[in-house]
Amino acid sequence: MRFNAFITGFTGLLLLLQGCQQGVRQDNLQIENADAAVQTRTLGNGMKILVLENHRAPVVVSQVWYKVGGSYEYDGITGVSHALEHMMFKGTDTYPAGQFSEIIAANGGSENAFTGKDYTAYFQRIASDRLELCLKLEADRMRNLILDENEFKKEIEVIKEERRMRTDDDPTALAYEHFNAVAYLNSSYHQPIIGWMDDLDAMTIDDLAQWYKTWYAPNNATLVVAGDVMAENVFALAEKYFAQLEPSVIPQLKSRTEVRQHGERRLSIKAPAKVPYLMMGYKVPVLKTAAQPWEAYALEVLAGVLDGGDGSRITRHLVRGSEIASQAGAGYDLYNRQSSLFLLEGTPATNSTMEKLEAAMLTEVEKLRQQKPSDEELARVKAKVMSSAIYEQDSVFYQAMQLGILETINLGWEIKQDYMKNIQAVTADQVQAVAKKYLIRDTLTVAVLDPLPIEHQSKNKSAGVSVHGH
Amino acid sequence: MVIKLRNILVLFCFSLTGVVSAAPDIQHWVSEKGARVYFVPANDLPVIDLRLVFDAGSARDDGNYGVALLTNGLMSEGAAGNNAQQLAEQFEAVGAQFSNGALKDMAWLNLRSLSDAQYLKPALAALDKILTRPDFPAPAFKREIERLKISVQGNQQSPSAIAEEAFYKALYGDHPYAMPTEGTEKSLAKIKVADLRVFYKKYYTVKNAVISIVGDLTRQQAENMINDLLSDLPVGQRAEKVSDVKPLTESKTIEIDFPSSQSHILIGQLGTSRGDDDYYSLYVANHPFGGSGFASRLVDEVREKRGLAYSVYSYFLPMRLPGPFQMGLQTRNDQAEQALQIINSELKRYIDEGPTKEELEASLTNITGGFPLRIDSNRKLVEYLAMIGFYDLPLTYLQEFNDKIRAIDIHKIRDALVRRIHPDKMITVIVGKQASKS
Repeated sequence: MRFNAFITGFTGLLLLLQGCQQGVRQDNLQIENADAAVQTRTLGNGMKILVLENHRAPVVVSQVWYKVGGSYEYDGITGVSHALEHMMFKGTDTYPAGQFSEIIAANGGSENAFTGKDYTAYFQRIASDRLELCLKLEADRMRNLILDENEFKKEIEVIKEERRMRTDDDPTALAYEHFNAVAYLNSSYHQPIIGWMDDLDAMTIDDLAQWYKTWYAPNNATLVVAGDVMAENVFALAEKYFAQLEPSVIPQLKSRTEVRQHGERRLSIKAPAKVPYLMMGYKVPVLKTAAQPWEAYALEVLAGVLDGGDGSRITRHLVRGSEIASQAGAGYDLYNRQSSLFLLEGTPATNSTMEKLEAAMLTEVEKLRQQKPSDEELARVKAKVMSSAIYEQDSVFYQAMQLGILETINLGWEIKQDYMKNIQAVTADQVQAVAKKYLIRDTLTVAVLDPLPIEHQSKNKSAGVSVHGH
Repeated sequence: MVIKLRNILVLFCFSLTGVVSAAPDIQHWVSEKGARVYFVPANDLPVIDLRLVFDAGSARDDGNYGVALLTNGLMSEGAAGNNAQQLAEQFEAVGAQFSNGALKDMAWLNLRSLSDAQYLKPALAALDKILTRPDFPAPAFKREIERLKISVQGNQQSPSAIAEEAFYKALYGDHPYAMPTEGTEKSLAKIKVADLRVFYKKYYTVKNAVISIVGDLTRQQAENMINDLLSDLPVGQRAEKVSDVKPLTESKTIEIDFPSSQSHILIGQLGTSRGDDDYYSLYVANHPFGGSGFASRLVDEVREKRGLAYSVYSYFLPMRLPGPFQMGLQTRNDQAEQALQIINSELKRYIDEGPTKEELEASLTNITGGFPLRIDSNRKLVEYLAMIGFYDLPLTYLQEFNDKIRAIDIHKIRDALVRRIHPDKMITVIVGKQASKS
């Protein structure tokens, strides 16, 4: 169903593209996996270039990733990374406001940008012979952005409208924002990427200028190019446009490691809504923070056992079997910069209740703690991972995105090469072990969206036409 | 993980189409029993994408709103004696991805599988059960209808969904396009499992099917695969034409009070159908107006110059029968009136004056230059093939697209805009708090 999109997010998709040098063997599924090689270069100023050649179509995707995002921010300036991302389209001396987009459009390209917790990225999709344009324009705005006060005054209003649309007027998104703010105490994952409205109201052009100066430098950026290109040509173009940019001294981020949670937290969010919604999150490590890397892979498999498709436990037991949930899911993202949450979410079925849904979720968790998953279940999870690795090669954008994320959170793109191997190596005992160790009540946060009534009225200004209200 | 995109202007990929000179040759044939098949071999990945499309969308609901979607959804909830769990496991064991769905015009079953026979065969066997022997088990029906009701209720907490529903109702009146594919709480309460069986029998037939395939197999393999798959499906016949839609005769404004901080505004009227003579003229006309993101007038006037909205757009959604032409935005409640005036006066000015020479030139270059991006994956291509087949578009559609676009000039655009867009006959929907005050 459509209103849980924010949780399904990437957890189901972050199954990496190509893995091993040789075929991987597995009971039900055996794949000889071609190793689409990533070629890399680092410029003299510290900027890293990754190229993934893929000659299936005469197109290319170019992405510039900066190591900065919502989790780099601190109280009072939340949303500044995202606001700066918007302002990055407002021009330089060489290419005044609007020209970046115009030039890309005139060359048949499309472009956009996105801000995450751990990164900010800018991308173009374009015919492969136009790559040079993208690099020229990106290099220009990496160092020469004009941050104009009048442009900012208008743009910050656009961002507030964005916040109203995405969060304030969407009860599940609002609930999720509050859920995060309660689940995380001192970790910067506590704050919303788009920023608190009060911080947006108080934001100034100087905040953005400072942020730009601090983080937008070649030695804090990664260029990822994937598509119908030759790596050597890309390196030459990158050298031509980016190598001349001066590096900066990039500050060391404070760690802000989340404090240990001493007991379950609960909250309710009352908002105009029609359908209640339950969110549960356990504190878990990610690949970057796990004591042993296998723990992160085991949590990934655990998420697959619970919610890896229509045949997995949550759908089988909660949606179909007991019919307690109208929809439900689980999610885990092992590629975060800081420790995060193992999420469970759902909506009760017609004759069910939030209490029953929560109890059923806890029962599923308890089963995983008490008993290891069956061989068949593990085999299905692993088969999905293996085939996804092939299917993902159908999308160069997705492949480029994975490389960019891994570099930007300082795990290094190379880790994706071992993803399949590491998933294959996960045993049923390990899945049970991480369930026992991490899915514990004392680190659980439970949030409930508690619908307030929506008054319905509608009227029609033209005579003689009746309109049904909602 | 939450990602904030800078904008979400390109909302409807179905309204876009295009092609570069590198467009693939589409192989087309009619299967032994009479299904229309469209095929492009692609052997660079060991993958097959298969899409079975039926003229069985909600335009066929016949007053039983939601029955098309439920029929399609229930097919995978039990078939040939297997329950939903068993069917799901049959796909998952070989790493295959199955999905289904329905819109107003069409309903589909999709399969993505590895092409090696040891994985493909079990996946096709499971698909065959779902396609030819669905059981429509009563308990699953009961459960799915309740789940759909909750989904329908969920739409009623979204101002954009409420606006969209009101827009279609006002635009299409008594026509089946007026109603949401999910149905309404009221209509869902009346549907019986027998209705699904009747719907399935009538519309899931060989002659009512269009099949598209892209992937790692030969023509012969594709032919055999389709013949096998359809061997147990009744021949049936193509669905009869859905009744025509009637153009608006007057403007209507619908205001719906909703406790949101923004007002959601939709304005529009009937647009184009697939195969419409004016399709290319109107598609190009819309591009510089509200169809090209930051290059468009609406974004420039509403967002860039005034900071009134995050997303503002216009599009033509071509369907079997004329789909909507729609302009939309969301803005803080107290700015709704201002935004509404701007967007309306921009439309009027655009119809009066047409695009500038520079705007048209930029649009033509963008559309034609961007063609390769539209078919740069097997997944996108298999959808184009199904679209071409379903709407009886020429096999050369992809090859000719750029030529058709380049043939559009200012004269054609202005002529089409004046004939087809009537600012005095518009539906305007406003959902938000301000609505109650005016």
